Formats: sequence, structure tokens, C-alpha cells
Amino acid sequence: MAKEVVIPVEDPQVILDLRAGEEVFLNGRMFTARDAAHKRLVELIEKGEELPIDLEGSAIYYVGPSPARPGKPIGSAGPTTSGRVDSYAPLLMERGNKIMIGKGKRNDTVKEAMKKYGAVYMGAIGGAAALIASAIKKAEVVAYEDLGPEAIRVLTVENFPVVVVNDTVGGDAYIDGREKYKR
Amino acid sequence: MRAIKAADISAAVKDLCIDASHNLPDDVIEVFKKFAAAEESEVAKQILEQLVENAAVAAEGEYPLCQDCGFAVFLVEQGNEVAIEGASLSAAIDEGVRQGYEEGYLRKSIVDHPVYGKNTGDNTPSVIHVFPTKGDKLVIHLAPKGGGSENMSKIAMLKPADGREGIINFVMNTVAEAGPNPCPPIVVGVGIGGTFEYCALMAKKALFRDLGKPSDDEWNAELERELLAKINDLGIGPMGYGGRTTALAVHVESFPRHIASFPASVNINCHSARHKTVEI
Repeated sequence: MAKEVVIPVEDPQVILDLRAGEEVFLNGRMFTARDAAHKRLVELIEKGEELPIDLEGSAIYYVGPSPARPGKPIGSAGPTTSGRVDSYAPLLMERGNKIMIGKGKRNDTVKEAMKKYGAVYMGAIGGAAALIASAIKKAEVVAYEDLGPEAIRVLTVENFPVVVVNDTVGGDAYIDGREKYKR
Repeated sequence: MRAIKAADISAAVKDLCIDASHNLPDDVIEVFKKFAAAEESEVAKQILEQLVENAAVAAEGEYPLCQDCGFAVFLVEQGNEVAIEGASLSAAIDEGVRQGYEEGYLRKSIVDHPVYGKNTGDNTPSVIHVFPTKGDKLVIHLAPKGGGSENMSKIAMLKPADGREGIINFVMNTVAEAGPNPCPPIVVGVGIGGTFEYCALMAKKALFRDLGKPSDDEWNAELERELLAKINDLGIGPMGYGGRTTALAVHVESFPRHIASFPASVNINCHSARHKTVEI
């Protein structure tokens, strides 16, 4: 039975209790951001300026959705490759980001930062984008509208399905899974 | 000569773009089901079943299969008796892409310069490869190509002495290193021989083939079988969470080579192996 996690996260212990390989349903509100939005956030942090979004306890989903049809909150919305934001992610964790959602490997610096700041990385099913869209009930652009599909949105999600890939104690579902099934 | 109006090509391409983004070909869905039935991992089986479900949702026409609606890559077989009226072949195709991506609510993912560019806003230009054929038909094949899997592709200028083992090692290393990134289960296109650029094109062309249809060349077909088994022994599995299904198919294309050269290329496609054809 998949665990349920409410986002943004209020109790940091919830994150510490998660383990690589666990299936989770996310409920609540998450931000979307790809490389371009990350770059702008990190530039603001480095300049000591205020951010357009509150990162405390936040979940950030790496996605650039397809355009919404009339009457729909969003288009298809599967994860994009996480490695492209690796250089920005640790600074966002330092500022309170607790859950990152994407697909593909993270580098060692990001994995170390997860242990240090008590954050986790979750994988959504890449390419199951039409299916994932049905878990997104509302979408609203909150920053960087000029970036189009790369703008920061707030998504309201219900039972958004993910798997914990990297936990706060060094567990890695990509490594464990592969070990188990290789011949 | 047979005259074909550029506007007719654009109209056909527009429909092709929307069709390819919503309707996963039956050959792909059948392979999902086949591998799901044989999967040893419960999570892997679930993911494969969700991919079948995702295809069904996309086919209803509201949501494309993937938010990455790809670079529109075309292989065009142009008969020697075909004359195109009103615009060039590439202009006619790009006009169809423009209309299809706009009217179909597909994501536009192309920036106009690799470094200083901005989004072109209509997913053009497309990438078009033309193959001259005999006859009065224009056959247009489209495979929208996602960025995540394209990024895990490679080309190597091997030595002739590397032979069959050299190809196998190169393909295996490329797939192992890609791991979960290209959205496995993947389709692996392999090119052997030719020149540097033609070798890469062969790997791309291999991705247009219906899944699991073996090469006409028996040596290539045997290599495809061996590579598929070896790749699935890596254990990467759907989405990289472990399992028996890392690749759905391996397709090998070959071409004569220069006596000094032995290029090999690997073009990886995600499981959303979109490919559609229209004949005009």
C-alpha cells in the first residue's frame, strides 16, 4: 500500500522516514520548475534578493507541460531529466526545499545535500504524461510567465504517484533495483 | 511527372503530427503487453501496465502521450516522378508542423540558436532527411523525438579490428551509462558503417522501424537478438527501478564502410516510440 505525503511538508520527520523504493502518493500543492526557472531562483538567492515563491517544506516538480486545452487545468505533464538542475538544487534545499520530483540520476553533490538538509528525490513515471495529468486538478502560473512551458506554476495534485529514488540516508532505488535484477 | 500541391503536403503533415503525438502505434502497445506478462518485478509490471493505460488516455485526444512532443524528425521517400508545386518540400513540411503543433496543443520545444536562442514558438524547423526513390509517390515518415532519450545517444569511430565485439561493447556501455535517464524501457537504434554523419542517420532510421521487426540482413538480425538479451540482463528495468524490461527492441542498420573506418552509433528512444507514416 502506497504511503501518502501531504505537500508542502510541515513535519520534517515525514521526509526522514521515507526510504528509497517506497511508492508514495503526493497530495497538496507543488511548484513546477525546469532549468531556466532554477537559474533565475539561484541568481536571486546569490544576490540576496527575495524569491517569488516560498521554498519552506516545498515540493518542486521538474516539468514543462504541453499547452492546456480549453477547460483543462494543464496539458500532458510528465517529468523531465533531473540532472540538468543538479547544479542549482543544493541551494534550494538549503532554503527549505524538501521534495524534488523528476526522472533520472542525480549527481553526488545533490545526494549529499539531501542527507545534509533532510530532503528526498522522487521519480514520476517519465512518458506517462497523459496519465499524470489526471492527478493534477489545478495549475496556476506564479512566476516567470515569459518562460512559457518553463514558467513556475503551482499545481494542486491528488494522489500524484511517485517512487522514492534517493532518501536522506543514502538509499538509491536506481542502484538497488538494478542490482536485484541484473544477470 | 505527378504534381503534388505543397498545401496538400502541409495538411497531411499537420494531421500526422497530431496523430503521432496521441496514438501510440499498435506494435509498441503489443510489446508493452508482452513484456508486462513476462516481468518478474511487480513495480516494473505496474509501470508497463500504466504505459498501456497512458496510451489509451492519449488516444482519447485531450492529452498527448508525452509533454515532450519532440523535435519533428522526418524521413521522406520522394519518387523521381514527383513534382512539388507552390513551395519547397521543407517549407511545405514545416508549415504542416507549425499548424499541427499549434492546433493540436502540442508542446513547442525548439530554440532558434543553441546558445543565445529563444523558443521559435511553433516547433519549427523540423529535421528532414530525403531519400530519392523511383515512382510517383511521396512517402512521409515522422518520428517526434524527445530530448531526454536523444541526450543519451552516442557515436564512436571504432577501428575495423574491433569487429562485432567492439560494436557490442559500445552499445552496452552506452545503454548502461544512460541507465534511468532516457525513460526506459527504451528502443535502441544502432548504425554500423558508412561515414560519420551517415552512421548517425542510420541509427535514427532504425527507430522508425516497427518494434521487433528484425533486420532483413540475417547477420544484423542475429546481432539485434543478442543485444536485446544482453541489455535486458542489465536489470535497469522500467524507469530504472529494476526489472527484466530495459529495452523493448534493438534495431540494427548497416551500410558499406571505408577500408579505414568503422563508425558505430546508438540512438536511444524512450518507450514513447512514436512513429507514423503517410503516403501522398
